Amino acid sequence: MSDIAIKIENLSKQYRLGVVGTGTISHDLNRWWARIRGKEDPYLKVGQVNKRELEGNSDYVWALKDINIEVRQGEVLGIIGKNGAGKSTLLKILSRVTGPTTGLISAKGRMGTLLEVGTGFHPELTGRENVFLNGAILGMTKAEIKSKLDEIVSFSGCARYIDTPVKRYSSGMKVRLAFAVAAFLEPEILIVDEVLAVGDVEFQKKAIGKMQDVSKGEGRTVLFVSHNMSSIKSLCTRAVLLQNGKVGFDGPVEDCINRYISQNRSDATSEVPGEIPLNHKRLWGSKGAKISHVFLSNEEGKMSNELLFRQPLNVNIRFSASEDIQNAMIQVRICAIDGTTAVFSSTLDGSPKGLNIEKGEHEVNTRLNVKLNPGEYCITVFICSLAANLFYDSVHEIYPFRVLAAPFDSFQPAFDRLPGFINEPTDWDLSEGLKLTNL
Amino acid sequence: MQKNQQIDHWDTIIEPRGSLFDLKIREIAQYKDLLILFVRRDLVAQYKQTVLGPLWYFIQPILTTLTYVLIFGNVAGLSTDGLPKLLFYLAGVTCWRYFSNSLTKTSNTFTQNASIFGKVYFPRAIMPISITITNLVMFGIQLLLFFAFYTYYVSTGKFEFSIQSEILLFPLLIIIMMLLGLGFGFVLSSMTTKYRDMKHLITFGVQLLMYGTPVIYPLSTIPDQYKVILMANPMTAILESFRFIFLGAGTMDYFQLAYSGIFSVAIFVVGLAIFNRTEKNFMDTV
Repeated sequence: MSDIAIKIENLSKQYRLGVVGTGTISHDLNRWWARIRGKEDPYLKVGQVNKRELEGNSDYVWALKDINIEVRQGEVLGIIGKNGAGKSTLLKILSRVTGPTTGLISAKGRMGTLLEVGTGFHPELTGRENVFLNGAILGMTKAEIKSKLDEIVSFSGCARYIDTPVKRYSSGMKVRLAFAVAAFLEPEILIVDEVLAVGDVEFQKKAIGKMQDVSKGEGRTVLFVSHNMSSIKSLCTRAVLLQNGKVGFDGPVEDCINRYISQNRSDATSEVPGEIPLNHKRLWGSKGAKISHVFLSNEEGKMSNELLFRQPLNVNIRFSASEDIQNAMIQVRICAIDGTTAVFSSTLDGSPKGLNIEKGEHEVNTRLNVKLNPGEYCITVFICSLAANLFYDSVHEIYPFRVLAAPFDSFQPAFDRLPGFINEPTDWDLSEGLKLTNL
Repeated sequence: MQKNQQIDHWDTIIEPRGSLFDLKIREIAQYKDLLILFVRRDLVAQYKQTVLGPLWYFIQPILTTLTYVLIFGNVAGLSTDGLPKLLFYLAGVTCWRYFSNSLTKTSNTFTQNASIFGKVYFPRAIMPISITITNLVMFGIQLLLFFAFYTYYVSTGKFEFSIQSEILLFPLLIIIMMLLGLGFGFVLSSMTTKYRDMKHLITFGVQLLMYGTPVIYPLSTIPDQYKVILMANPMTAILESFRFIFLGAGTMDYFQLAYSGIFSVAIFVVGLAIFNRTEKNFMDTV
C-alpha cells in the first residue's frame, strides 16, 4: 500500500475574464457544437498564463495549469505564493467548491475544509444551535457533535452566551465559536485557508497550538495556505510555491520560503547590481535628493553581495541633491528578508549635528561593525531632515546580500544557522560552575 | 495486483465532469443530519423574535384565503362548485402554496446560498431537498388548519362530511407535487446562476401560473375549448383531485393524474441532470 493521501494529476482550471453576460450564450453554443462534433473545447486552447499585471489579449486565463502534487499521509503541506498565484483556486477545487477544467484529484479518507470559519452561521439561532448546524455543514454527524459539545464550548470560551442568538455576539466571539467547531473536526485530510489570523492574541495561540496537535500528534494530513511565513514555518513539513498558476517550487519549507521572498524582491531589482531601478517605489520623500546607488563592498573595495560571517559591512550610498540641504541625516537599516530591521545606523553616530549637503553628486561610506548571523538580508536607506518631519528620499529593501557561515569556524561548529540577527559573544560567569540556589 | 488495490482505495475522486443522473443517495444519507438541521433551521428561524411564534404558519394562509373569499368569491362572484367558499379557497391555497413555495425557494438555491456553497462542500441537492421537506412540514400544518375548518363546517351542519375512498391516493398527490416543485426548481435554479433574468421571470411566472390552475375557480366553470390548455398544466389534476378527495366536488380523472405523474417524473429527471451539471462549476458563474 502506498501512503499517498492526495494525488493531484495535471490539474488545470480555466477562467473567463470580464462580465458574464453578453457573449456567454454564443460561447456556450460554440462549446456545445464542438462537443457534438467530437472536437475539443475551442476555448481550452486560447487560455493564457495567469499574470495579473500583464494585459492579455484573450478573455480566457489559466488560473491553474498542469499542477502535479502528491501529498503523503501525515504530511503538513504549506502552499504559498503571491496574490492571484492560484492558491485559493487550488483549495477550492480540492474542497470541491468548484470543479477543475481538466485533470484529476484522488484522495484517501474524509476531507474537511476550512476556507472560512463560521460558514452557515444563522444569526437568529443560538450559539448551541449554530454549533450543530456549522458542524453538520463541515461534515460531522449529530452524534459526533453532541459528544464534543462541552469541549467545543469550553475551547471557544463562550459558555456564558451559548444560548443567546449569534446575532448578539461580538465579532470576536463569533469567530471563536466558529473556530472551536472547526478545531474539533476530525477528518483524515484537513484543508485550511488562512483562518488563523482571527481573534485576539490569546486565541491565536490556542488556535496554532491546536493546529500543531492536529498535524503532529494525530498524524493527519493537512494542507495549509497562508501568507504568514512564521506560521507556515512552524506548522508545515513541506511547502509548495505557486507562481502564476504553476508549481514554482516543491520541497523543504525553508527553501521554499526563501525562494518565495527572493522572488518577490527580484521583481523590483534592477539588472545592474547596486543601482536603484527607475521604477523603485519610494515610500517617502523624493524631494530635493535622489539616491542612485546602494551597495556593499568587500575589503578590497569591490562591490559584493556576499560576505563572510563576522566581516564588517561597508555600505556605500550615492545620491544627488538638486538643491542645498541643511541639517539632514542619512539612515541605513539592514533588514532581514521578512522586512524586520536587524540593524539601525545613522550619520548621527558620527556627529550629533545635522549634515549640510551641497547641491550635486555625493558618495558616502559607512562601516558597520556588527556581527550579523549567517542569512539573507537587504538594505533600506533614508535621507531625511533633522529639523522637520521631512524625507528627502528613501529606498526600501534593496541590494539583497548574504552573510555566509565561515567554512572552518572553530567558534561555533554546531550551527549553520543561528537564531536572531546579531552574534555577539556575551559574558557568562561560569568560572565556578553552576550554582545551586534555594529560593 | 497492488496497483488495483490502490485504485480501488481512493475515497474521493474529483474530475471535471460527473455523472448526470446520479442523485448521490449514499452521500445524501451521510449528510442526513445536516438535512434535518437545515429543515429545523428554516422552520425555527422564521418565527424567532415574533410574539405570535409558530401561529404565523396559520395566520398567513387564513389571511390569503379570506382575501380570496372576499375578492373572488363575493366581489367577483366566481363559482365554487357549490362548496362553502372558505373551504373551497382554503383547499386551493393550501395545495398551491406548497407547490409555489417549493418552486420559488428551490429556484434560489444557488444564488441564495452562494456564500455557503463557496466555502464548503456538501451534496448540493441537500439544499433543495431540505426546502421541499420544510415546505412539506408547513403543508402539513396548513392541512391541519384545513381539517379544523372542515370539522367546524361539518359539526355545525353547514357542510356534509364527504371524504372519498380515493383518499388512499393522497400520498401520490403529495409525491407528484414534490417532484414538480423540485424538478422545476432544479431547472430554474441552474438557469438563474448564469442568467439573472430568470429571477424576475419566476416571481411573475408563478403568479401567472396560479391563474392558469384551478385554484380560485373550479375546472367545471371553464368552457370546453379552453379546458385543453388547463389540462396541459400538471397542477390542474392535482388541485381537482384534492378537492374531490376531501370535498366531493370537482373531477378525479385518472388519465389526467397519470399525465401529471409522468410529467413530474420527467421534469424531475431533466432537472436533476441540469442541476448536477451546474453544481460543479456554478461558483464561477454565480
